[in-house]
Amino acid sequence: MYAVRVGLQKFGIKHNFEIESIIRLYARWIREGKLSVSSDWNKDLGITFTLQDPCQLVRKSFGDPVAEDLRFVAKSVVGEEHLIEMYPNKSNNYCCGGGGGYLQSGYTEERRAYGAIKLKQILDTGADYCIAPCHNCHSQIHDLIHHAGKDIPVVHLWTLICLSMGILGENERGYLEERLAELGL
Amino acid sequence: MADATMETTRATPMVVPHQSVFLDKVKELLPEGGNLSMCLTCGLCSSGCPASGLHDMDPRKFLRLCALGQDEEITSTPWVWMCTMCQRCVYACPMAIDIPRLVYEVRASWPRETRPKGILGSCEQALKTEGNSAMGARSEDFQFVAEDILEEVKETQEGWDDLAVSFNRKGATYFLNQNSREPVTEPDEMVPLWKILHTVGADWTYSTVGWAAENYCMFLADDEAWETVVRNKAKAVDDLGCKYWLNTE
Ligand code: SF4
Ligand code: SF4
Repeated sequence: MYAVRVGLQKFGIKHNFEIESIIRLYARWIREGKLSVSSDWNKDLGITFTLQDPCQLVRKSFGDPVAEDLRFVAKSVVGEEHLIEMYPNKSNNYCCGGGGGYLQSGYTEERRAYGAIKLKQILDTGADYCIAPCHNCHSQIHDLIHHAGKDIPVVHLWTLICLSMGILGENERGYLEERLAELGL
Repeated sequence: MADATMETTRATPMVVPHQSVFLDKVKELLPEGGNLSMCLTCGLCSSGCPASGLHDMDPRKFLRLCALGQDEEITSTPWVWMCTMCQRCVYACPMAIDIPRLVYEVRASWPRETRPKGILGSCEQALKTEGNSAMGARSEDFQFVAEDILEEVKETQEGWDDLAVSFNRKGATYFLNQNSREPVTEPDEMVPLWKILHTVGADWTYSTVGWAAENYCMFLADDEAWETVVRNKAKAVDDLGCKYWLNTE
C-alpha cells in the first residue's frame, strides 16, 4: 500500500480512486453494526493476544488513527481484557524487520538480529497469540518466534473476525494451531 | 534555506570533509533539503533503531559519514539492506531528518545486478506478470485458484450459496488486491476475507491486471520499475472505474 500511495505522489500519476485499508473498513463496519463480532467465545477461554502495528500502515501511512481502529477491531473480537499491548506501540512502534525487502534479501542472520527487539517485546507481553495484520510482519514474526523455539501462533485479523462470528471454516484455520483449531466448528 | 545561514564549526575537523555526491543529490530532491544538514548528533535515531550495530553501522553514523563525504564507505556497506526504511528514526528525530530517504538513494546507487538477488528477482517477476505478482503468479492461475476454492466452500460449508468472487467487474466500489502468497501457497486464507465482505454487502472485485499487493521494486530502489508497476496498478483500478483501491492490510 505504501509503495502505491507514495508512488502515485512521487511519479505524479493521475488517478481517480482513493486508497483504502481493510483495517479501517473493519472498524467502520463493526461500528455500523454490519459485522456482528463478539468476544464471547474468549470469555472463559481467556486466551491472550498481542498486536503488531505494521509500519507501512501506521507510521508510514495513516498514523495513530488507524492504530486506534486496529485496537478497536482487535478488542472487539478477542475482548479488551485479553489484548496485551507491546510498548512502545502505534506510530512509535518498532519495525519487526520484515519490511524493506529483508525477507527476500538473503541477510537472514541480520534480519533475525534486527527482529530481536520485536521478539523480546512480544515475549514480554506473555501473550498466547500475536496478531499481525500485514503479510511481511506475519512472516517475519512467525520466523522469529519459531527460530526462538517458542510457541506463539501468529494470526491474521480476518481469521479472528470470522472465528468470533462463528463462520470460520475448517480449512481456514492454518494459523490458529491447536488451542483454537476446533473452536466453533 | 537553512544551509546558507547555519554556523559551521570553527574547530579543525578530524576528518577532512568532502563534498558528498549523495547528500547533494538527496537534498535536491527533498523540500527543505530533507533537513539533512540539521543533524544535532543527539543520537535519538540510533538509540531507537533495530538496525543499529549491524555491520558496525547505525543511522546517525550513516548520516555523519554522508555529511563528511565518505561516499565510498556509505555506498559499499551492506547496511543499506538492513535498514528497513521503517521511518522510526524520522519519527524520533527532533529535526525530522529523513535518513531512510538517504538509504533509498544509496540502495539505488548499487549497480542493479549487485543488489540482493531475492529482491531483484521479486521485482523482475512483478514486471513480467500482468498482475505484478512478485511470486510470478499468472493471472489465469490466480483466477482459477480463487474460483476453485470458492466452489469448494460452497460445496462443503453450509450457508454460503451466495458467496461470490468476481474478476474485472466494472464499476465495483472496491478493487481488492491480494498478496500473491495467498493464491500461490495458502489459498484458503482468502476465504475469511470473502466471507467478511459478503457479510457486510461490500461491492468488490478482483482484477486480472495489477492485482498483487506486494511491491519489491520500491525496496530494490528501482524508480523506473517502481513507477511501471504503480502505473499498471493505477490504470487497472481506473479502467474498471472502481472508487477505492482496497488493500488487505
Ligand atoms: S535523531 Fe536526528 S538530530 Fe538526532 S542524531 Fe539522529 S538524525 Fe541527528
Ligand atoms: S528507517 Fe532505517 S535507520 Fe531509521 S529506524 Fe528504521 S531501520 Fe533504523
